[in-house]
Amino acid sequence: MRWFGRAFEFVGRLGLFAGRALIDALRPPFELVQISRQLADVGNRSMGLIVVSGFALGAVMTLHTRSTLVTFGAAAMIPAVQAVSFFVEIGPLVAGLLLAGRVGSGIGAVLANMRASEQIDAIESLSIDSFKFLVVPRVIACVIALPLLTLCMDFAGLSGGFLSEVVASHISPELYLYRAFENLQWANFIAPTLKTTVFGFIIGSVSSYFGYTTDKGAKGVGEAATNSVVISSLLIILADVLLIKCIFFLFPDTAI
Amino acid sequence: MSSSSSAAVEFKSVTKAFGDKRVLNNLSFQVEQGQVLCLLGRSGTGKSVTLKIIMALMRPDSGEVWIDQENIIGLGESGLSKTRKKLGYLFQDAALFDSLTLYENLALPLTRLTEKSKSEIDDKIHLVLSDVGLGPDGAKYPSELSGGMRKRAGLARALVLEPKILLADEPSSGLDRITASEIDELLMRSKKEHGTALIVVTHDIHGARRIADRVAVLDKGDLVAFGTVDEVARSENDVAHRLITE
Repeated sequence: MRWFGRAFEFVGRLGLFAGRALIDALRPPFELVQISRQLADVGNRSMGLIVVSGFALGAVMTLHTRSTLVTFGAAAMIPAVQAVSFFVEIGPLVAGLLLAGRVGSGIGAVLANMRASEQIDAIESLSIDSFKFLVVPRVIACVIALPLLTLCMDFAGLSGGFLSEVVASHISPELYLYRAFENLQWANFIAPTLKTTVFGFIIGSVSSYFGYTTDKGAKGVGEAATNSVVISSLLIILADVLLIKCIFFLFPDTAI
Repeated sequence: MSSSSSAAVEFKSVTKAFGDKRVLNNLSFQVEQGQVLCLLGRSGTGKSVTLKIIMALMRPDSGEVWIDQENIIGLGESGLSKTRKKLGYLFQDAALFDSLTLYENLALPLTRLTEKSKSEIDDKIHLVLSDVGLGPDGAKYPSELSGGMRKRAGLARALVLEPKILLADEPSSGLDRITASEIDELLMRSKKEHGTALIVVTHDIHGARRIADRVAVLDKGDLVAFGTVDEVARSENDVAHRLITE
């Protein structure tokens, strides 16, 4: 019972924190310099990880699906399978999980360190709203960066798949692209990409929550980093299930 | 209701507890403008909490806190923001922002809280950095500074808005005697040149003897002695007597 009580308390606190981030994001003054700094940090520094992971995943996925599809005489479907799986599910979900690890742990650790070393108190002592200055720009940066990084992951995955196919069947780039996008609808592409804004919000607000609210000094820095990754990843997977149901409801044709 | 005096800072029966542990127990004292009060006491007796209550980073459970003839208890964010502009805070480990250069650390309060132009801000920062002996170090990040330099940088940031009241949390901790004495001189210069009221939490009795007009000794949340260093040294309270004389 006690465990349930604490779990509900945690959910309530996290919900209020995320709600405050959402409201403060829409309320001036807007911390544009901080937002651009965080965007550079979240976006630029994660680009390498996203592109390399997407490329490798694309190549491996083609290697795995090829043997099965060849057995059924459907080798020509490989580009389409690759495109649909990356644009609809693999790109958004894997980008979200990778960012939860790369960015979430960073946000959690940085804010917890700022709390432990009294930097957040110092910001407040300068009459600056530390929540708007530190938390809101990080959440906004994650919300903006995630769809863009997801696109990079999608195209990196497609490139990896193409390379794998070139080695196996010498397919031309034009034919690969034609087959990849032949049956892909805008709804397969736009809705799943936009759902990553929710993943970005989860990463930004959950990681900021653990870092900003810690009161355990240096020990809290490690805990904040770990909790940020674990809870963000868990919530991303749960949100993915709900969002897929929503997308199927809004765009029934995409339910393949 | 108004303050009973023209004190820069006045505590009236302030109480603060964390759970079952009461860290401040009916604490009352006042500091006049241009006066230096040193808060002494063993670790965990509520000295830093006192500073954080003055800065409105914590709220007391009961009592009144008057800053420049205004009771800050019950003030909203805009009222607190206005009050905080009268205060400077030197944190124990300086609490400089890691991701900003020394120049940017000082520019942040100036750009946010004043209407100064870019050139006025530049001039002010160069002046304050030169005052604390860090003139050529504006482009450095906090991680590139030594402990003494960080303390001086923290003091520069606390002074950049020319506060009426300066709070310093263990300004000499972790520093050698010479550097600690340099920090004390900088604090005294601020008092002399701007008439700043200073409240300094310290364990350094030598420093307290050098700078304090009054000392207050806290023990288990109670104010057990208050007066000049000599008066407190003659105190019948054992903790106060030992802190000053041993």
